[in-house]
Amino acid sequence: MRLSDTLRFARDAATGYPMRTALSVFAMAIGVAAVVLLTALGDGARRYVVGQFSALGTNLVMVLPGRTGTGGFNPATAITSTPRDLTVDDAAAVKRATSVLRVAPLLVGTSEINFAGRLREVMVAGTVADYFAIRDFQVAQGDILPDEDWNRGASVAVIGNKIRQELFGNTPAVGQLVRIGDRRVRVIGVLKSTGQGLGMNTDELVIVPVSLALSMFNTNTLFRVLVEARNRELIPQAKEQTLAIIKQRHRGEEDITVITQDAVLATFDKLLGALTLAVAGIAAISLAVAGILVMNVMLVAVTQRTGEIGLLKALGAPARTIRLAFLSEAAMLSAVGALLGYLLGQLGAFILRQIFPVFPAYPPDWAVIAGLGTAIGTGLLFGFLPARRAARLDPVQALMKH
Amino acid sequence: MALIELSGIERRFLLGDTTVNALAGLNLSIAAGEYVAVMGPSGSGKSTLLNLLGLLDRPNAGSYRLEGRDVTTLSADEQATVRSLRIGFVFQSFHLVPRLSAAENIALPMMLAGIAPAERKQRVSQALINFGLENRADHKPDQLSGGQRQRVAIARATIMQPALILADEPTGNLDRHTGDEVVNLLEALNASGVTLVVVTHDQRMGARARRQLVMEDGRLKFDSAVDAAV
Repeated sequence: MRLSDTLRFARDAATGYPMRTALSVFAMAIGVAAVVLLTALGDGARRYVVGQFSALGTNLVMVLPGRTGTGGFNPATAITSTPRDLTVDDAAAVKRATSVLRVAPLLVGTSEINFAGRLREVMVAGTVADYFAIRDFQVAQGDILPDEDWNRGASVAVIGNKIRQELFGNTPAVGQLVRIGDRRVRVIGVLKSTGQGLGMNTDELVIVPVSLALSMFNTNTLFRVLVEARNRELIPQAKEQTLAIIKQRHRGEEDITVITQDAVLATFDKLLGALTLAVAGIAAISLAVAGILVMNVMLVAVTQRTGEIGLLKALGAPARTIRLAFLSEAAMLSAVGALLGYLLGQLGAFILRQIFPVFPAYPPDWAVIAGLGTAIGTGLLFGFLPARRAARLDPVQALMKH
Repeated sequence: MALIELSGIERRFLLGDTTVNALAGLNLSIAAGEYVAVMGPSGSGKSTLLNLLGLLDRPNAGSYRLEGRDVTTLSADEQATVRSLRIGFVFQSFHLVPRLSAAENIALPMMLAGIAPAERKQRVSQALINFGLENRADHKPDQLSGGQRQRVAIARATIMQPALILADEPTGNLDRHTGDEVVNLLEALNASGVTLVVVTHDQRMGARARRQLVMEDGRLKFDSAVDAAV
């Protein structure tokens, strides 16, 4: 039998039982749509997080007090186990490194802000002028922190947009004196509203000079030191130099942890990539179920059309022809279902993107290819058994069932 | 040379614990162009004989030579090829594929044999004319009368120009008038040189054949050709 005839015969056989065909096509479509949509969700989450992290600043190296890894034996660690404070002077020293463009010490705490009897709790970040450049923060009104001696900061603050609204309403905020904790500070700027992001919500943030924050929270230790390398290639070098400088300042004790943003990004990328894969795996189970359904449908078809198979044999069809006809039918059911599922999945992802525009819900190519491949693969695999059964029918017995 | 030569054919079936001898020690020779009616009571082995002649079944013992060639030793697919090229079947219940039109049903053996669509079309339209089905080409089997259905089935059986037509109760599902029409058609085919073997219960139809075989308990009880010679 010619290939075109086999395909047409299989198509007519499938459309001859519309309800059964529609159901199995639908099952396959749901499986593929699930793979496409769920991987779009997973990969969308990955892209979203990676995008948010990139927004934290570029070429970033972060210094954390304390050590998380285990180094080789060092006499210093044998004497003391308490990490030294990560101080403003440590941060200032890192500035000397050749590969470093900007450095910003960072201290974070919560306090109360008070203006004209209105009081609320806020997150206070103590830092320096360069922090704005590193994080790409911009002010809507007024100025950023002044570039001054890190150890002698003025009593000024840059406030988030939501805090401005809640404390000042429609009256101008810049130039007003507010009370933060027990300090009186002058508002010199208002941050541009950026909306909800990963990490700190800048709309509800108060930024003050680092020295002011240290005394406000009565501490010497910084929360982080943000270091910006001169360019992407210099990130590893910046990491090494930062580590060397602070280690030297801490008398050879490696009591800090230096991580690059790339490493954090890579970790999240890997984590969410694995999540996407897991979700795809779960969705693939529905594909296997759909494959079994196709097999079931084809087994029913063989039983229903036993008389016809007997006739085909009597008319001189070899086993191969009958096998091919039934296999093509199974392949057609799964292929049409896969295609329909792909369209459904893409439509679902499109609707998702319309509802959540910030969420890049695009199914990754590998998932689409794997989904379609698995669908047609299972269709063929599960179509094989019924096709073989059809081809092996005894013509005399088959002809009697009419 | 005889078209069909059966010698020492045995066919046994296992029904539960008992063995049924559907055919026992059957010897039969049918020449090309003969018109043979096989008669006998139910269970006498008529259908088994027809299935064997049509290569749908294999004997347990004995040899079957078709056109001088031993076909019992052929593989299943080789037998399929012989069926495709040399044998046409006509069934009591027509056995048309319900989703295919009359023309498509007639074309089915050619499609299975891989004949080019252009030639199929030409041969089908000729067959439709020959069997008076020109206006029924696009009708589905359920839109056809019994007589028309059997005409489609006969057209299908002859479309590959076989040497042998095997008909199993071809008039069994038809009224007397349409039955006669169908018999006339089959006889006309026989007149054009095709060997015709008909299994029938119908004495009247059996009598029309030039040679009658009567079977009983898997054996040939009566063969008009032999008895005439005696």
